[in-house]
Amino acid sequence: MKRIITAKVRNRSGVLNRITGLLQKRQFNIESISVGRTEQEGISRITFVVDVDDFPKAEQIIKQLNKQIDVLKVVDITDKAIVARELALIKITSNAQMRTEIQGIIDPFRATVIDVSKDTISVQVTGDSEKVEALIELLKPYGIKDLARTGITAFLRGQQPQANQDQEPFSLLN
Amino acid sequence: MGKDNHELKANQVTPKNGSEILIDALIEAGVTTLFGYPGGAVLPIFDALFLRKEHFNQVLARHEQGSIHAAEGYARISGKPGVVIATSGPGATNLVTGIVDAMMDSLPLVVFTGQVTQNVIGTDAFQEADIMGITTPITKHNYQVRKIEDLPRIVKEAFHIATTGRPGPVLIDIPKDIAANPCADAYDSSFDLPGYQPKVNPNPLQINKLKEALSSARKPVILAGAGIKFAGASEELIQFAEKHQIPVVTTLQGLGAFPGEHELSLGMGGMHGTYASNTALYNTDLLINIGSRFDDRLTGNLEHFAPTAIIAHIDIDPAEIGKNINTHIPIVSDAKNALIEINKHIDETPDYTEWLDEVNQNKQDYPLWYNQPEEGNMIGQYVIEQVYQASEGKAIVTTDVGQHQMWTAQFYKFSQPNRFVSSGGLGTMGFGFPAAIGAQIAAPDDLVIAIVGDGGFQMTLQEMSILQERNLPVKIVIVNNEALGMVRQWQQAFYSERYSESIFSIQPDFVKLAEAYQIKGAKLATKEEFDQQLPGLLAHDGPVLIDARVLQQENVYPMIPPGQGLHEMIGVKP
Ligand SMILES: Cc1ncc(C[n+]2csc(CCOP(=O)(O)OP(=O)(O)O)c2C)c(N)n1
Ligand SMILES: [Mg+2]
Repeated sequence: MKRIITAKVRNRSGVLNRITGLLQKRQFNIESISVGRTEQEGISRITFVVDVDDFPKAEQIIKQLNKQIDVLKVVDITDKAIVARELALIKITSNAQMRTEIQGIIDPFRATVIDVSKDTISVQVTGDSEKVEALIELLKPYGIKDLARTGITAFLRGQQPQANQDQEPFSLLN
Repeated sequence: MGKDNHELKANQVTPKNGSEILIDALIEAGVTTLFGYPGGAVLPIFDALFLRKEHFNQVLARHEQGSIHAAEGYARISGKPGVVIATSGPGATNLVTGIVDAMMDSLPLVVFTGQVTQNVIGTDAFQEADIMGITTPITKHNYQVRKIEDLPRIVKEAFHIATTGRPGPVLIDIPKDIAANPCADAYDSSFDLPGYQPKVNPNPLQINKLKEALSSARKPVILAGAGIKFAGASEELIQFAEKHQIPVVTTLQGLGAFPGEHELSLGMGGMHGTYASNTALYNTDLLINIGSRFDDRLTGNLEHFAPTAIIAHIDIDPAEIGKNINTHIPIVSDAKNALIEINKHIDETPDYTEWLDEVNQNKQDYPLWYNQPEEGNMIGQYVIEQVYQASEGKAIVTTDVGQHQMWTAQFYKFSQPNRFVSSGGLGTMGFGFPAAIGAQIAAPDDLVIAIVGDGGFQMTLQEMSILQERNLPVKIVIVNNEALGMVRQWQQAFYSERYSESIFSIQPDFVKLAEAYQIKGAKLATKEEFDQQLPGLLAHDGPVLIDARVLQQENVYPMIPPGQGLHEMIGVKP
């Protein structure tokens, strides 16, 4: 099962190396990882999407991350009300005649054309992973020449419904 | 830097350099013993040490691996962090085994490595090694100092991290320019660790759950691990066990956390543990693990580990709880704090007599055992038993790794915590003898015995130099089977006696080696010689090497074969 985990970390040298190393050492599969600054000086947010077998395994990832000295806070936000987005850049083979057709495909996804050349067109799309994947599927027949995805970045919505909090996975962090 | 120069600095005329600031920080951290080995990148540090010699007992091992294992032995016995200094590149990489060893066995170490100057880092400069990259997965934390003014804070944080929560090794990499250059700016050494707050007190709700579990249990068992020793919680453990009459199994690293000869002690559990222990772990309905991490050498096949029990686990490291074994009552806490609360809040429990009778019957019917060989010949188990008798069970004993280690764990009944020093998690050959040196430095008046194999001893025997040099009366007992015994045993049992590279065709003359290092040596080839000479040799006022000749074909039993469960022991006393 996929879990979305966010970690706030201090921007100290080696922190990313320590975190990716630990995930590898413990054989956790990372689907995506994205890192960027936060509103606080010196603090970054890392968003992981991991594929694990069960809840205890997810719990183990969180605990191992929490153990790192420069990691401030780790949360599994999968079952919460969240906003999760990723950005993809897709370069497709396309001549002038096909451009309108492609435009018609990408419009419902609110994707935009960001670059055009004689025989390619590049598209930018943001959204949750399903949306990004759906668009990629639709564009595949045209021949994808290049694809770059940022991986998911996410945080909690401003308001959390009560019901959702009961569904939280069990926690050993008493 | 000349002496005059230093005095000027002492008068605050010129600012201190990084090395001097480092030494101030070490003194402030209460460091008295240093296990260091010099080299290019740490020349400024060793120079500063030379000028302030009076503050430290400096121990020069003959290999950095010796330095760090000695620091581990020192840490285990003194309860204080072991401090190691090595040069960049090869000096630093020679420490790697010891760092992993300390990480696996949770020993507090602060390790300083030299590094090439900052302007050439990343250029493959002479003796540059990426020790930060190498040690990231094997340290509790590591630092590279980039600004001199950070040094005091980093040192302070490192000692704090190494010694609190679950202890472990912390490494500080110091580029040579940091060590050599003066520090112009003012510095602030206060802590800055917002992400590090070990939880040390138990949650009362969980203590209550344990109380309930005890009240409905019929077959409770306590599993006592090294966490008890780190927390200094043996007394509280004894009180807990005695009050409710619960039998106690110890792990390898837990030996001595609960007295081995106590009537509630079932001995060690696990691969070479006692039948009584493993059977109790198999049949229990409530397993109370205090400070052990459910290592695979203890559990055997997880499917058959305490299959019907409610599992309560007290550990200061939350990541250990639920890692290997599904846990019903998780208690994240320091072991001592948890036991104090438990003893305060848990009073009435059912009568467990029937269960106690059952485990005691096993203890009586299936004790550890061995067959005495024919007249004159000796075997390893006998050697350990005699050492136990002759030292009245009071010695600090270090071991190396192999058969002799397991025999020591079985036949030396440790009655106090912090008497047993052994490489458990990593199983590092070459550990035992240098660890004894560190132990003896930590406890100068105690009898320290290094029980080692003929194989492992040859990995770090050069440290015999230190014995005479520092006048350390360590007693070395080589259980000499002319083989890599533990490997040979597995080849005999599981590889149809194909003894691939496990039997030595030539051995050094260990007595002559001892004499070459100016220490007393004795070869004891028969039981008679051994019985006669052992007490005198252990009482000798100075270091001694005993080459105890034992039969090669002897094996460690009983045993849970690899992949099998607790209830599938072989070699139990018939
Ligand atoms: C550094 C290292 N290399 C290899 C091993 C694998 N190993 C485990 S026990 C053992 C044999 C040890 O022989 P010896 O020191 O003579 O002890 P004995 O088993 O004979 O008592 C070996 C090779 C190890 N544990 N550590
Ligand atoms: Mg041997």
